[in-house]
Amino acid sequence: MPRYFTEEHEWIDVDGDVATVGITDFAQGQLGDIVFVEVPDTGAELTQGGDAAVVESVKAASDVYAPVDGTVTEGNGQLEEDPALVNSDPEGEGWFFRMTLGDKSQLDGLMDAAAYKAFCDAL
Amino acid sequence: MREDDEVPIETAALPLDAWHRANGGRMVEFAGYWMPIQYEGIMAEHLWTRESAGLFDVSHMGQLSLSGDKVAEALETLVPGDISALKPGRMRYSLLLGDDGGILDDLMITNEGDQYGIVVNGAVKWEDIGHLRENLPDDITLNHNEDYGLLALQGPKAVDALARLVPEAANLVFMQAARASWNGHAIALSRSGYTGEDGFEISAPNEALEAFADALCAMEEVKPIGLGARDSLRLEAGLPLYGHDLNPAIDPAEADLGFAVSKRRREEENFPGAARILGHLEDGPPRKRVGLLVDGKLPVREGAKLFDGEDEIGVVTSGGFAPSVGAPIAMGYVPRDHAVPGTAIAAEVRGKLVHCTVTAMPFVPHRYVRKTGG
Repeated sequence: MPRYFTEEHEWIDVDGDVATVGITDFAQGQLGDIVFVEVPDTGAELTQGGDAAVVESVKAASDVYAPVDGTVTEGNGQLEEDPALVNSDPEGEGWFFRMTLGDKSQLDGLMDAAAYKAFCDAL
Repeated sequence: MREDDEVPIETAALPLDAWHRANGGRMVEFAGYWMPIQYEGIMAEHLWTRESAGLFDVSHMGQLSLSGDKVAEALETLVPGDISALKPGRMRYSLLLGDDGGILDDLMITNEGDQYGIVVNGAVKWEDIGHLRENLPDDITLNHNEDYGLLALQGPKAVDALARLVPEAANLVFMQAARASWNGHAIALSRSGYTGEDGFEISAPNEALEAFADALCAMEEVKPIGLGARDSLRLEAGLPLYGHDLNPAIDPAEADLGFAVSKRRREEENFPGAARILGHLEDGPPRKRVGLLVDGKLPVREGAKLFDGEDEIGVVTSGGFAPSVGAPIAMGYVPRDHAVPGTAIAAEVRGKLVHCTVTAMPFVPHRYVRKTGG
């Protein structure tokens, strides 16, 4: 299934009409030890670029943004007990939430893996 | 002052800048300098310092020396400590006070025998130098020793590591200082620090710093530690950070630093803001710095408002996840009647109220070494 990336270091896996969202390995490396994750409630309406979740490292709180418009269908409850999953498996078990796709055309504006790697290398 | 009125000042490099980068330090701007926030990670560095020994570069701090006649008496016009009673080789935590008793900085004062050494916070060192020069007699010489860096080696194994390079280290106890030499360089040691652990601060010439840091980090007990862990360590130790937990609007009684107002000085009532401070020490200050244990896992950080029911009662001045406690902790200011340990209050984080309990500090017991041998 295709994976897209944002300039704010979120990834989004698209599977039909639903998508899974998390933060990238690059992002977790920059944040350091993650001690708390606040995922959105099921049913929350998200707008592309708007606040979706909060991730707290030892040093600071950071916002996670919605990569596209849509409605939250599920938050990753495991992160409440084990926020360090975001450090150990950011692009797998450490996913943040699942959402519907409100406007699939918004995916066209996101990066693929190669473009995201080039984006990070240039930072 | 409005932000756009400020003259931009270029971030400066400290003597160990290249050393930090070569050792994997992630550099951030702090107090006007590039400094390492972390190397391998704040959590690991924090825990390493508590169990072994961590090397911190604190060269951004101001290292001052005062010499001349009656330096102790002159300093006592600006700080509330009994500086005259400080014997050679001894040091004391003190506070630079404004005329109204507000805290301009917290600092360490050492009687070095022929002069007094003062270490001040990096972020306010230029203001401190101006304040000292303006208020001390002209015949007292003030030097800013910019050709020396300052390292802190902290943790239970610090003494073993440092004594291999500088054997005199093992002879010192907490808040004692001595001059020594290493590889032909004149250095100064004190058994002190700001982590709550046993440890040392070492002042060494800039040109010797890299080799000295390498010699320490070559030992299996020692790793370099960044600013991130320095902050979480001092927070667990209940130690206030200037510019966050202390500022010119807060006096020593409010800051719960009454120990820095010496008995003789209280009797003489002759330090800046004495009426306000002594009144607050006598009757209790209107607000007081306290520790907060936070329920749950959500970190409560600087700026979070504190509530008792509907009433906003205070503010958090430092807070975050405490690696050795395994939970979030904070410190902040609350009204005197809420400052009793066990008082239940709440902190507001992103519109949600988080339950907190006022607690005595430190959060992690201090492990200072007050006697050598055994």
